[in-house]
Amino acid sequence: MSTSETEYLKGKASEEYKHGWYTDIESEKAPRGLSEDIVRYISKRKDEPEWLTEWRLKAYRYFKQLIDSGHYPDWAHLDYERPDFENMRYFAAPNGQAQYESLDDVPDEILETFERLGIPLEEQKALTGVAVDAVMDSVSVATTFKEKLREKGVIFKSFGEAAKDHPELVRQHLGSVVPYTDNLYAALNSAVFSDGSFVYVPEGVTCPMELSTYFRINEAGTGQFERTLIVTEPGAYVSYLEGCTAPMRKENQLHAAVVELVAHEDSEIKYSTIQNWYPGDEDGNGGIYNLVTKRGICKGDNSKISWTQLETGSAVTQKYPSVILAGDNSVGEFYSVAFTKGHQQADTGTKMQHIGKNTKSTIISKGISADVADNSYRGLVKVSANADGARNFSQCDSMLLGPDCGAHTYPYIESNNPTAQIEHEATTSKVGDDQMFYCHQRGLGEEEALKLIVNGFCQEVLQELPMEFAVEAKELLDIELEGSVG
Amino acid sequence: MALLEIKNLHVGVEDEDIKILNGVDLTLDTGDLHAIMGPNGSGKSTLAAVLAGREEYEVLDGEILYDGENLLELEPEERAEAGVFLAFQYPVELPGVSMTNFLKEAVNSVREARGQDELGSADFLQYMRERADMMGLNADLTKRSVNEGFSGGEKKRNEIFQLAMLEPKLAILDETDSGLDIDALKNVADGVNKLRSEDRGFLIITHYQRILDYIVPDHVHVMLDGKIVRTGDKDLALELEEHGYDWVREEAAAAA
Repeated sequence: MSTSETEYLKGKASEEYKHGWYTDIESEKAPRGLSEDIVRYISKRKDEPEWLTEWRLKAYRYFKQLIDSGHYPDWAHLDYERPDFENMRYFAAPNGQAQYESLDDVPDEILETFERLGIPLEEQKALTGVAVDAVMDSVSVATTFKEKLREKGVIFKSFGEAAKDHPELVRQHLGSVVPYTDNLYAALNSAVFSDGSFVYVPEGVTCPMELSTYFRINEAGTGQFERTLIVTEPGAYVSYLEGCTAPMRKENQLHAAVVELVAHEDSEIKYSTIQNWYPGDEDGNGGIYNLVTKRGICKGDNSKISWTQLETGSAVTQKYPSVILAGDNSVGEFYSVAFTKGHQQADTGTKMQHIGKNTKSTIISKGISADVADNSYRGLVKVSANADGARNFSQCDSMLLGPDCGAHTYPYIESNNPTAQIEHEATTSKVGDDQMFYCHQRGLGEEEALKLIVNGFCQEVLQELPMEFAVEAKELLDIELEGSVG
Repeated sequence: MALLEIKNLHVGVEDEDIKILNGVDLTLDTGDLHAIMGPNGSGKSTLAAVLAGREEYEVLDGEILYDGENLLELEPEERAEAGVFLAFQYPVELPGVSMTNFLKEAVNSVREARGQDELGSADFLQYMRERADMMGLNADLTKRSVNEGFSGGEKKRNEIFQLAMLEPKLAILDETDSGLDIDALKNVADGVNKLRSEDRGFLIITHYQRILDYIVPDHVHVMLDGKIVRTGDKDLALELEEHGYDWVREEAAAAA
């Protein structure tokens, strides 16, 4: 790597995070710490039915049991201080309101917050073809295009509303893919989850627009624990995208979400993430701990679940969006770009569990590290004894931008069926001097050349994003790569 | 007018005690086409790399004037912007980077340096189509990633296509003819001939006389052991073809 390139890359960690501002708005917060009372408080604040309160309490007790017996998940290639669960707040409602009846009730400060993030909540200003659920701290503040979706029978609302309006649907599916016993953070989320989105697409319906949830952490010292549940009935299709940002703060903040997807026969769920939580400053202070459990089940035959993620933010990211391929001929896909710079760390990947016959999974993972960042791919492809004709293709590419960063690949393969076909390819590359020189010779400067090469490296994944967001994703990557050229 | 003046150029490899060029002198006028011939390891490609600004070579002595300015002070991208183009001997693959994106960035970067307006997407695509037609390039190539999965011949033709897109003042072709079959060679030569103009100089580096059957040079130089040992017109290439490099080597030794 040339000297000028190294200098250029050094400059990148100090770049400013663009969404680091804070909205000054009154907020009702739960007292610090976690107890059965806090769990009851959250449930009561959200006006929840009894069964849900009980479910939360069971999850809390399981969480406490794990913590008390010292079961902290520390097997990932990550180095960070454990969150202080006793010193955190588990609920914050901007403006003291846990729910808004209509957009007219939402205070201007909140509308402006989302407007500033490029997410106008008034429908006439919104991106055509995209319905948005906006979540600030623990509360969903608005969901757009509800009427239009209702015509098709599509339910898209905040989790809190859904629990009240469609208790049978929520009760049937909540925890069915990620039980609260799954892991420590799934237990924690189940106990204290605040808001998130619920999506239900009825039989034979192709959801007429992209659905999107935008998460914003605003309050200090607060964790964000949203929960998303998406169910597609036979023959249905939905494409869903989540985006997220947070203010810059000195201390770390915890984000522990759970996402569950249920695809019935012949249905398809496409789930995309653009994760841009605050990554911490250049010395590695502050930033979000993004510890998330995401899993989908292809329950019916010929169903399909596709995860696409662009992970550029957070101080620490640990997530493995996975697919249980239960139905015959079902398809699971995982497309990921994880970009870490400064002191960021990411341990991400997927699990593809082949259970049904002739199931197929594809994994394309691109990890990019710069500065002193560490980036790991961890993935499991598991083929059950009865999963005849299972096929998997995995490709894990890592790119190192500089001499002090790290890339690691931990692929696990567990095949119990002799008919399975599993392919794994992995590469690690540096941005070559030859590639840079070739670009320079065509008149491109350091930064332009690097953007072009990195974007090219991620192309296979970025092209999987819905068109409305592909441009945003490319711009986000460009911003990540911007900086003072040395 | 002299577009390029190389005076007593001595070049070594950075951090190593190896000398490759031992006092090269060459003057190239705008509108002229010079060919540099020589055996493997004589320093031809190093000269091309130094002209384009590759970092791993160290200029130990001498100077290079381009348009009367000190070329060695410019960064590689500044040289490109000033109109220096190198057709690579081994064109580099840029996986996932589309030819269209790459060339749009490149063309607009060079245009900006020349004080021209950036080309918008529609204008750029039209310009690219025109140039592809002119060069007889299969338009499908412009839809693929830069050089990725291109055959050897396609890569070389793509270099000449980029030359046509960027319209440089000085075009350096580093063994563009090597590894080409006769049809591809003719195609490349045809492209170069179309691009010859009063406002452009060419420096063509080659092992073989073959390409000079199709591209007629104004001057031919023979390089040996990092020095130009003989200069002549197009007939020199034919003599070389007939007698081989040993003939020049012996002559050079006798003269020394």
